Amino acid sequence: MKIIVCAKQVLDPETPSSIFKIDRDAKRAVPPPGADPVVNGFDEIAMEAALRIKASAGGSITVVSMGRSFVMDVIKKPLAMGADELILLQDDAFETADSFITANVLAAAIRKIGKFDLILCGRQASDWDNAQVPLGLAELLDLPCLTFAKNVELSNGSVRVQRVTPDGHEVLEAALPALVTVSNELGEPRTPSIKGIMASTRATPTVWGLGDLGVDPSSCARVELVELFIPAREKRCEMIEGEDDTDAGRKLALKLREAKLI
Amino acid sequence: MPEGNGVLVVGEISEARLIATTSELLNAGGKLADSLGQPLHAVLLGTNLSNASEEAASYGASKVFLAEHPLLDEGHVEAHVTALQQVCQQAQPSVLLIARTQLGREVGPRLAFRLGVGLAQDAVGVSVDPDTKKLLVTRPVYGGNALAVVALSCIPQIVTVRPKAFEVAAKDEGLRGEVVRVPVEIPTSVVRTRVVERVSGEAAGVKLEEARVVVAGGRGLGGPEPFQELEKLAKLLGGTIGASRPACDAGWIDARSQIGLTGKTITPDLYVAVAISGACQHMAGCSGAKVIVAVNNDPKADIFKEARYGVVGDWRKILPAFTEAVRELVR
Repeated sequence: MKIIVCAKQVLDPETPSSIFKIDRDAKRAVPPPGADPVVNGFDEIAMEAALRIKASAGGSITVVSMGRSFVMDVIKKPLAMGADELILLQDDAFETADSFITANVLAAAIRKIGKFDLILCGRQASDWDNAQVPLGLAELLDLPCLTFAKNVELSNGSVRVQRVTPDGHEVLEAALPALVTVSNELGEPRTPSIKGIMASTRATPTVWGLGDLGVDPSSCARVELVELFIPAREKRCEMIEGEDDTDAGRKLALKLREAKLI
Repeated sequence: MPEGNGVLVVGEISEARLIATTSELLNAGGKLADSLGQPLHAVLLGTNLSNASEEAASYGASKVFLAEHPLLDEGHVEAHVTALQQVCQQAQPSVLLIARTQLGREVGPRLAFRLGVGLAQDAVGVSVDPDTKKLLVTRPVYGGNALAVVALSCIPQIVTVRPKAFEVAAKDEGLRGEVVRVPVEIPTSVVRTRVVERVSGEAAGVKLEEARVVVAGGRGLGGPEPFQELEKLAKLLGGTIGASRPACDAGWIDARSQIGLTGKTITPDLYVAVAISGACQHMAGCSGAKVIVAVNNDPKADIFKEARYGVVGDWRKILPAFTEAVRELVR
């Protein structure tokens, strides 16, 4: 069983909004000084799903990540969690890659890896929130695609997932090889063990550049970023006060009634 | 850039009627069509489409393409992508609007990749650049902390639109549209995922994404029991309950109720956040609420920056009094 997990290094989404900054000229987010990026949360969950499958079915896990630059201690986390191999797709041109370039580069890397049974991705990245790359990958690699999985199981050459729907779930099945995106309902990703962290510090990831992949990013670009900005928020919170908390609670109800909200 | 003609809205149907989001898309699409000087069209997929077709026309679509095929009733993403590819070939739209629903959020990207064109996901605003005549699509990024405006370099320009981002279109029962049947070929082999089982009704009551009122609790609640209090309030207001990530992680409430970046994105008219501090990743899921009401004991909590009304104090005292007062008011 060969599993490929796609993982992205992103700005920490727990960054307080007060220190979140945008460089409007460069049209990109400015990481707060001293703050490390993180592995996209949904991708860590994809890694967790991969580890659960490996525990029951055996096999190997290859993690592929694409970016302009990486913080090694961060991007090695999947290795520390238990991945067997990490491949970094690194090029200056990836800084501004849209979903089309990203999916094409990842597809090229996955073709270069060769044979695999399952690709696992997070349902979306927490920076651009596009949720496009996994679906694009499935199109480019001509794979069945199962999304929003809260459980992933393999049996007899097929994959079966429980897919989260707005009011319940559905059980879906497809033949391998296939691509699955996971959602947070799958559960918390495991914390790497000390042993895992030690092993990951010694491991050297494989690095592939554009030359290794044979993709021309400029020919894949489809989306132009015209502007990026932090919307102005009017400070307009009306604080409801009362004689005590109980009174404030009552006054809140009256206020909402007055505003025709209830 | 090759020219296309028309703004084509992909309709979605539930129980033979258009879903509300389709009508919102027809409203947004109508304005785009006017700015572009192009017609507004709709496409419907499935079987028994006549009612929905009349509806689409009454919302302003001058032409309604019908792609009739039984496989399209099942909500198979692959079947929809295959059909829409054929519809685009015939209709040659310059703009394609798709609702970012469970189906649309997958159909959009897959269709874009299949056609080799760009896609803007999760639009909350669309306009036409007066110079280039290209769409300018506004979409929240970084968990709603920032807004990006993007343009698409290929035709059709495909946009998936966030539900409730636009008002529903005005209806005129007198309007009639031209109906164009598109013979679509969908080989059964394109459907490569099999639905083994559908389980609905796990989340009792109103769905979070569709709720008009959401009452949510966070870490400050300290345990699972207070969610019963929130439930009472939510029922009175005809809404449902939600939670922040810490409350879900702690197991106080099902993960399906999680609101935020790693949970659900909601757009209720009223969002009541109890003992939720308002971390970025949570606000990403609820900043689309029309009115946020926050109850928190920390006057510096970030949630007050986005709230319309706030109460600083102990939720244990505020909430029961609030619920009781609401009970009397809504009676």
